[in-house]
Order: sequence, then C-alpha cells, then structure tokens
Amino acid sequence: MNGARLLAGVLAEPARAREVTDWTAFLCLARAESLLGSLAFRLADQPLPPKVAAILADAQADAGYARTQALWEAEMACRALAGVAPAVLLKGTAYAAAGLDASAGRSIGDLDILVSRTALPQVERALLAAGWEWVKENAYDDHYYRTWMHELPPLIHRERDRMIDVHHTILPLTARRTPDAAALLADSIALPGGLRVLAPEDMVLHAVAHLFADGDLAGGLRNLWDIDRLLRQFAGQDGFWERLGARGRLHQLLPHARRALRLAARLYATPVDRRLAGRGDPADLLYERRLLARDGWGRAGRSLERFGFYLRSHLLRMPPRMLAAHLWKKARR
Amino acid sequence: MRHRLDLRIGPVSYRIGSAWPEPLAELRRLYRNYPAAEAVCDFTVRLEPERPWRRYLRPSVAIRGDYTLPDAAPLPLTLGLLAAEMGMNLQMALGQKRYLLLHAGSVERDGRALILTGHSGAGKSTLAALLGERGWRFMGDEFALLDPATGLLHAFPRAISLKNAALALFDGADPARLGPVLRGTPKGTIRHLQPPAEAIARMDQPARPALILFPRFGRDLDPATRPVGAAEVFVRLTQASTNYVALGARGFDSLTSLVTTVPARAIDYRSSEEAVALVESAWAELR
Amino acid sequence: MAGPRYIADPQALARNVALDGLTAIFHAPSGLTHLLAPPAPQILAALAGRPGSAEEVLARIAESFELEAANPADAIAARLAELEAVGLVAKT
Repeated sequence: MNGARLLAGVLAEPARAREVTDWTAFLCLARAESLLGSLAFRLADQPLPPKVAAILADAQADAGYARTQALWEAEMACRALAGVAPAVLLKGTAYAAAGLDASAGRSIGDLDILVSRTALPQVERALLAAGWEWVKENAYDDHYYRTWMHELPPLIHRERDRMIDVHHTILPLTARRTPDAAALLADSIALPGGLRVLAPEDMVLHAVAHLFADGDLAGGLRNLWDIDRLLRQFAGQDGFWERLGARGRLHQLLPHARRALRLAARLYATPVDRRLAGRGDPADLLYERRLLARDGWGRAGRSLERFGFYLRSHLLRMPPRMLAAHLWKKARR
Repeated sequence: MRHRLDLRIGPVSYRIGSAWPEPLAELRRLYRNYPAAEAVCDFTVRLEPERPWRRYLRPSVAIRGDYTLPDAAPLPLTLGLLAAEMGMNLQMALGQKRYLLLHAGSVERDGRALILTGHSGAGKSTLAALLGERGWRFMGDEFALLDPATGLLHAFPRAISLKNAALALFDGADPARLGPVLRGTPKGTIRHLQPPAEAIARMDQPARPALILFPRFGRDLDPATRPVGAAEVFVRLTQASTNYVALGARGFDSLTSLVTTVPARAIDYRSSEEAVALVESAWAELR
Repeated sequence: MAGPRYIADPQALARNVALDGLTAIFHAPSGLTHLLAPPAPQILAALAGRPGSAEEVLARIAESFELEAANPADAIAARLAELEAVGLVAKT
C-alpha cells in the first residue's frame, strides 16, 4: 500500500496503526511531511513497539517546544505592536494561541501575522525598533516584495533568531483572486491576553489558500490535515457551512475551498457538507496523487508532476509577463 | 533506494540508503563488529545524486535524510564514506531530542566518565581516541549523550575521524581497523579508525560524569591545568550543544546539575604525550 | 518625573541555579535560559506579579541589596530596559 495513503489513514483512524509493517519508512515519511508530531498525538493511546513509542515521545516533546517558542514570538510581537496596530496571528501560531485541535503536535515555523495595509509603515517601524531586522538588504527583492507580494520582506529578530512574516492579505496581490483583507481583519477574534486570530471560516479559507497557492503543493498533506482538524472542530457551530460558503465567495476562494473539502473527505474521511463540497472532478485525482507522492525514504517523488505544479503555482502568483521580468532579473544577479 | 545498510551506534539506529554501492561497502567494513541495528531506526540518511544524471556523470553525492542542510555542498563519490558519516552526524546534530547532545569526546574508567570538550581543532577528538588506546574505555570522539532522566552519560562510539596530523599517531594501529585515506576533503585529509573492541562491546553501558576537561593544543603553550568556574562551564557547554534549547527545562535541569556537581579543568598542552599526562594527573586529583 | 512601570512574571525565578555569583534562570514562557548578574535577579523578585517603577524597585530591594552606583535609580532603569528587551519584564 502507498505509504502516504496509509499515513493519512492512520492519522484519521489511529487504530489502523496495526497495519503498519515498516515503521522506519512510515515514520520517515511522516517526518518528511512535517506530520510526525501530529501523528505522535494521534497515536498516544495505541499499542506500539517500544522504539516507536520512544521516537513519538520525542516528537511530542519537540512539538511542545515548538509551541512554547511560537507563542513566545507571538507574545513579543504583540508587545512590540501594542498601541500601534491590531495584529492577527495566522496559521500554526494562531491554532496554538486559540488552543485548537489543529495545533496538537503541529510543527510551527515562522511567525505569520496579518495587519492592515495602511498600518504597514508603523508596524515596520515598531518591529525594527524592537529588535527585528531585514533578512536581506537588496533593493530589487525589496521592491518585488512590496509591489507584488502579500507580505513585507521577511524580518528576523537579532537576539532570538526567529523570523516574522508580516502579511497585509492572504494571497499575493497579482493572483487573479483577491481576498477581502479588510473583512479578514474586521471579523477577527480577540483572545484573552491581547492576541487576535481569524474568524473560524476565514481560518479555514486561509488554510485552503495556503494549500493551493504556496509552492507546488509541497507539504500539502500537512496543510490538508490542518483543514481536516479545523473543519471537524468548527462543523458543529450553527450555520458554519453556510458562512464558509459565503466567506469563500467573498474572498473569491470558493472553488478552492470546495476542492479542499473534497480532498479532505477523500484522504482524511473528513465529514464535510456534501452540497458545498460539490461533485468531484477528474483533477481531484491528480491533486490526490500529488499529495500522496512522498515515498518511504522521505523523497518527494514524481519529478515531472512536481515541475508541472511548480509552473502552475508561479503562474498563480504573477501574470506571465511579470514572471518573465522577474526571472530575468533574478538570472542576471 | 538501490542500496541499504542499517547501523546501530550506542542508543541510535540508522537506516542509510545510497544510490551507489561503494559508500555502503566501506561503511559496512568499518562497522562490521557493531551489534545489529534495531528493527525501527531513529534516523534515515540518503546518499543520492544531486540530479538524476549525476549518478554516472562525475558522480556527486548529495547528503540528505530526515534532516538536510539546504546549502550543503555535495561530495565526489570517492569521498562517499565521508558523506555517509556527515549525514549520520547531521541527523544527530539536528534531530537528537532524547539526550542532551554535547559536542564532546568522552572516555570511561571505573564506571566514571571523563568529558573532553572545546573548540573544534582543540584536539578533543584525537585525545579521546588516544586515551581509548591507553587503558580507558572509549565512549565517543564527537558526541556525548547526557540522559536528562538519570544524569548518566551514554556512549556514541562511531568510527573515529582522524584528521591531518593525527593520522600519524595511529600508524601502528591494526590495518583492519583503519578506513581508506580520504584526501582533499573540506577538512583536509581524513582517515577513519574503528574504535577498540571493548568500546564496541560495552557501548550500551552508560557512565556517571566525573570530570570535564577543556583541552587546548598549541606548540607555544606552557603545559598547564587551571580550574574553570561553573558559570563558564555552563556557557561553554550550552554552546557545545546543538539541542540544549530544544530540550527546554530538561536541558536546563540536567546541564545545571552537571556543572554544579562535576569539576572542570582547562588543560594546555604541546604534544599528545603531555596531554595524556595532564589528563591522568587531573583524574588522579579527583580522589 | 515618574518613569515607566514594569511587571515580571510571578514565576520568572521559579527555576534558578546559582553559578559563581551569577544566577541561571529557565524562563518557562519563552523556553529561554538567562544568565543574570546582580541586581537583575533582585529586580525580578521585586517585580514578580507586582508592578513598579525604577524608584519603587529601588525601595523594594534596598533593604536586602546594596547597589553600588552613583545614581541607583538610573542604574535600575537601565537594567529594566535590558530586561524588557529580552522579555523578562513588560511595561504595564
């Protein structure tokens, strides 16, 4: 059986761990998909070989450390931005701050925050004053980020060595779809302690945008797992699916959201609203194959398909002529 | 992967995959006396061509695995053994989360461990190897593993990596214990030495740390031993550890406990004979 | 002129070990270790869950700790700014 498919199956239904025959390959694959910590939490109550239990205990402890570090970065950014502009936490840090199931065992990378576009200059100044500095000083990259990307050039804290990405919307400005950034901010939710996170529907839609817009679906299995966890947690709220559909339309992400729902249902047996998810199309199979392309040695696999997805993902961000100009300038440096 | 070798060094099992047979054949020879790997391996290492066509055309070995350095330069196939060793070390440096990992050599006598640490080039690796030939049980030349739960030091006796001038010190070793001479590596000339049989046979026996030494080699130095204060030892060991921060409170508790209970000395030496004598006298003073 | 008021986590000193006159602390909220020289540990103790300005801190630690500085309140204010930068105290 395809190892990645079994990984998805075990995450969804932990008792299926008994189907695993090659644990070394299984754990290697989970690690390569950044899902080892999530797997460790899911398998906490399953009978496991002692060595597997030991490796997963390490992964749980490591996830605890990632959580501490991420929440501390959020806290420090929050202190730096107090009285400057409201900042909304995104992705892994947001799940941890809000105590969502999606955060159990999840690895967390850079700190991502969303602020209003008009507040960017003040936010930039406040962060620079509080010890963050630009990762690279380069006029072109700077111009590129500011003009075409949905975020400031990355900043790194000079003492703590941690990166922060300051977004003013959730997709690049040049993509054909334009989410309503003002609505994202306006409907965000305050947590005790001054941190903010997106409203449930927007949080799901951001995870959807992240799944399809970033890279070549790399890390997609983890991003789809986020979506599964969020949907399972929010589905019980009154009128959730209707609001998800309406917000999806508002942010011009409805087709993506529908596909994500179908993929989550296929891979993680996520209970989704069938009407919203819609009928499957042949491309679902391609996406599924791409999401399950990783092998038991942790290799991403299927290079032709990868290439196709890379081109596609770049086109999503930039119209072709802009892309050509960008690649030209990159090549000349 | 076409070729595969599983290895166990102390408490850590590896699965090593390679696109070529040569690196694994050399590795197999160097580790032939080691116990079998566990059924489930802690880490995976992959030795693979950087691009598919580089398997045959000027073959170059990219070092990848569970943990990969994005900017690591590939090595020529003639240095495939070194690539395997570097890949295994990388997994430990970035992935070890059970033990506090100290970048240090270690040896044991009477159930008590001596930790040798310091800047790279200070001679800790060579010194640990030398002591291993002279009545001490060799525990490791690169990584020492401190168990936060017990305070005991676990052995990680990988093949010893002899560099440049240190090669001559082991000319007399049993040729069966020596690997090929690897010239033109990023660190000069390297040759691997299989640890003594006792070090391999007893690699599952931990030891209680008893002394920490910071050796410093220099032809112009006067031989000397001086005590090092707990705060300095603490700072230097946090710098010598790749996972101190990641272990959180466990790392803090085990390291503060180590530096407040175990004495530490800096030793300056001009020759390996001098170093061994200084180590013996510092050890003798413990009683 | 009243300077800014600060507060420290009540648990800031919960895990601490004395090393050669310095104090190593493990700060649980950040997972970071700090090696502090006097009077930083005394300042943290004085502000643990109890807000105060540099002058108030000085008054709180004066009994147990003698500060050798020409202007002790300024010295405390400077240490407070350093502790704020590493997140061990926050402005209230």
